[in-house]
Amino acid sequence: MDLLKYSAKELSDKIKAGEVTVKEAVDACFANIDAKEESVHAYITICREEAYKKAEEVQKKIDAGELTGPFAGVPVAIKDNMCTEGILTTCASKILGNFVPTYSSEAVKKLEEAGVVVLGKTNMDEFAMGSTTETSAFGVTRNPRNTEHVPGGSSGGSAAAVAAEECFMALGSDTGGSIRQPASYCGVVGIKPTYGTVSRYGLVAYGSSLDQIGPLCKTVEDAAITLSIISGQDQKDSTSIPRNDLDFTKALVEDVAGMKIGIPKAYFGEGLDAEVKDAVLAAAEALKAKGAIVEEFDLDYVKYAIPAYYTIADAEASSNLERFDGIKYGYRTEEFQGLHNMYKKTRSEGFGPEVKRRIMLGSFVLSSGYYDAYYLKALRVKALIKQAFDKAFEKYDVILGPVAPTTAPKLGESLSDPMKMYLGDIYTIAVNLAGLPGISVPCGTDSKGMPIGLQLIADCFNENVLLQTAYTYEQMTKKGGN
Amino acid sequence: MAKEYEVVIGLEVHVELATKTKIFCGCSTAFGGAPNTHTCPVCTGMPGSLPVLNKQVVEYAMAVGVATNCEITRHGKFDRKNYFYPDNPQNYQISQLYLPICRNGYVEIETENGTKKIGIHEIHMEEDAGKLIHDEWDDVSLVDYNRSGVPLIEIVSEPDMRSAEEVIAYLEKLRMLIQYLGASDCKLQEGSMRADVNLSLREKGTTEFGTRTEMKNLNSFTAITHAIKGEIERQSDLLEAGEKVVQETRRWDDTKGESYAMRSKEDAQDYRYFPDPDLIPIDISEEWLEKVKASQPEFRDAKKKRYAEEFGLPEYDIDQITSEKALADIFEATTAICNQPKKVSNWLMVETMRLLNAHEMDASDIKFSAKHLADLIGLVDQKIINQPVAKEIFEHMFTDDVDPVAYVEEHGLKQESDEGALKAVVEKVMADNPKSVADYRGGKEKAIGALVGQTMKAMGGKADPAVVTKLLKELL
Repeated sequence: MDLLKYSAKELSDKIKAGEVTVKEAVDACFANIDAKEESVHAYITICREEAYKKAEEVQKKIDAGELTGPFAGVPVAIKDNMCTEGILTTCASKILGNFVPTYSSEAVKKLEEAGVVVLGKTNMDEFAMGSTTETSAFGVTRNPRNTEHVPGGSSGGSAAAVAAEECFMALGSDTGGSIRQPASYCGVVGIKPTYGTVSRYGLVAYGSSLDQIGPLCKTVEDAAITLSIISGQDQKDSTSIPRNDLDFTKALVEDVAGMKIGIPKAYFGEGLDAEVKDAVLAAAEALKAKGAIVEEFDLDYVKYAIPAYYTIADAEASSNLERFDGIKYGYRTEEFQGLHNMYKKTRSEGFGPEVKRRIMLGSFVLSSGYYDAYYLKALRVKALIKQAFDKAFEKYDVILGPVAPTTAPKLGESLSDPMKMYLGDIYTIAVNLAGLPGISVPCGTDSKGMPIGLQLIADCFNENVLLQTAYTYEQMTKKGGN
Repeated sequence: MAKEYEVVIGLEVHVELATKTKIFCGCSTAFGGAPNTHTCPVCTGMPGSLPVLNKQVVEYAMAVGVATNCEITRHGKFDRKNYFYPDNPQNYQISQLYLPICRNGYVEIETENGTKKIGIHEIHMEEDAGKLIHDEWDDVSLVDYNRSGVPLIEIVSEPDMRSAEEVIAYLEKLRMLIQYLGASDCKLQEGSMRADVNLSLREKGTTEFGTRTEMKNLNSFTAITHAIKGEIERQSDLLEAGEKVVQETRRWDDTKGESYAMRSKEDAQDYRYFPDPDLIPIDISEEWLEKVKASQPEFRDAKKKRYAEEFGLPEYDIDQITSEKALADIFEATTAICNQPKKVSNWLMVETMRLLNAHEMDASDIKFSAKHLADLIGLVDQKIINQPVAKEIFEHMFTDDVDPVAYVEEHGLKQESDEGALKAVVEKVMADNPKSVADYRGGKEKAIGALVGQTMKAMGGKADPAVVTKLLKELL
């Protein structure tokens, strides 16, 4: 069997059993990268030298019995908005085009301690702002399933790298759907954990109160393992939460008997592609056949999620991105007269149009006289949405719906109409506003062969319920030969 | 005919807190240090770094709030104040706008007309900025982020002060409270205490406020006094001439003795304040607040009263030794060892003050230990050394905290008190100074002083002057 077909867990098992070496796994990935990158362009930076060095170290530790974890020796990719010590970290922006951090983000550190080999940094929408990976300053990423289509975004590079078998697992970040939506478009598994589960230290902030790091994987099992490795309270991140239920692999049980699944009517209304709708409802039926109790319900306030999200995320982003000023690191304009001219030119030249749009929107909603009308109101909507979910979770264990209204659009179709692009986040955004965990699991393809994602949402800290449901569904589809 | 104006002053006082580490990271707050050596990704605004609150900052801020009779905000937050400047690495300062930690307090000051309450509007916590260094030779500016993230509290008064004297009394009071709390050393020159003066004039008898200006860059009490007097004059000249005072920020130039406008209200920036999403709310438990209340120190007024009752010291002494907490601390520690309050007080008021002034040091810089001062007093009491020698040793204690007992041994400074040993020297001095001897015998009693002096000189200062005098009197 082609070793690229293994899941991360399977690969690590083979390595630990001595059937495959770490170097062979890395060789296979780089061979595939060399073959596919020209058409896919999942990576911004490829770290060949570092990867082989690391592979050697990891192999030694595995041979010495020092590394026995489930991901020992697994080649992975990291979204380019997570700091990696000594390795370029650009956020797909010209303004950080030359930025090499002196520290690694906590999630990357934990993965490395678990014995993975980082192959490179993946492409993304600039500063994670976008849903297609087309706003990257370093070129678009294409969907490996059909390179005329986008991979989704903003973690499009990570999703594409996993789907194209250019790595065995990748980290992404999700502020409004940026893990789940590209996972859905590329046909891989992506999970956005409960806010506060994974440390944000070293993740270049977009919307600080919404950002979470999570895995993009080939299987639900790999996602559960990754989450077990990268989660945990971090003293360096005040918003990280102490939890003692961090072994998510316990949830890998095929059983949904008696599980109460709610389907929000608002998630199946106008704008939802018929093929997506059918595939998602078929998945619900399949779970029902396995003993789950499935019913429709009304989830309040969802229609306000998009304006509230863009108000809060952009407000935070406008402040978070102020540090990119040409003074300390990153891009600085060539010629300028005085400090303020330097700021203006550096930022005008360094940021792309979508980032500028969001900085302007965010600055506007925070400005004096508008703060109450926009920002505070958005926070109130956020609180109401959380309440609506709280109410729903009194009744249901899991909420089920589509990840996105359509399958992956073609390249160039989205950016011309940002409003339409924003509306595409309708099913993923509320999860971030409420701080909930959500997962995207492949549930078939449309008539053009593009993947469709099933989204499952659970209450805060209930990743286990989510993973159990997703795992049960995944095993059914595998056995059904989907 | 000139109108009579009343001056209305409110103060914004920034105080650097005496924590060992910065407000949002583990870097040292030590003053000095080579540029950018007390820095990390957090205090230099690197991408992906996150702030984590230093609890000691909250505790100091609470302590100052309790000492100034404030209400403590039990559920507070930090907000971001957004503005671009190179000394501000994130281009936002983490501060408190919406829910400051302390509100509605006051302190009492003594004025010509008795005790007066100065209201405290609020106290909030924030981070300090870095320092810009302008290299005029190379036409570049450099940034030192060592100070970036040093914790500050800003104490905002109500517009309750009516003269420069009241302003100084208020600042002295704050400084004393904060020093006694150990929350800051409050050095204006080093910038660990900074005051911005908001000042306006109004016609006497009216209740509405006039247009105010804000004065910055005031580095000493003298500068503050001068700036207030200058601004009163400037504003009253404008009003007299029928012109309007412009609401603006002005910078005081102490060498020129005048101020100039920095920016007017029209240029005022929109700071786009909003709650910092990287920090969680500050929840202060009943228990924590009670602990802070219980650990409030004895402040100056209480100390003064106790020193009079317990030690029977003169009012002047008490005033001097309680003027700095460091002096009061060493006074109490030394007295606890030797039980000689007046002698301890004398050493502190006379020699210590003299040497502090000579070395341009503050009481908080005192190096000698209470134990050594007590030992020194003991050496004099036991007549092992005389007072001039004690003063000489004290100078070494002051600079190097030498052990006086060991020092006397090492340098052979024990005084000679043995009459037999001194007699020969006294006789020789008398033989060498027949005029003084004759003067004394002729009735000039003062002449004995010269003979004592000559004997001391002959003994290298180490003779017991009482024994020498006694011997002289016998032999004369």
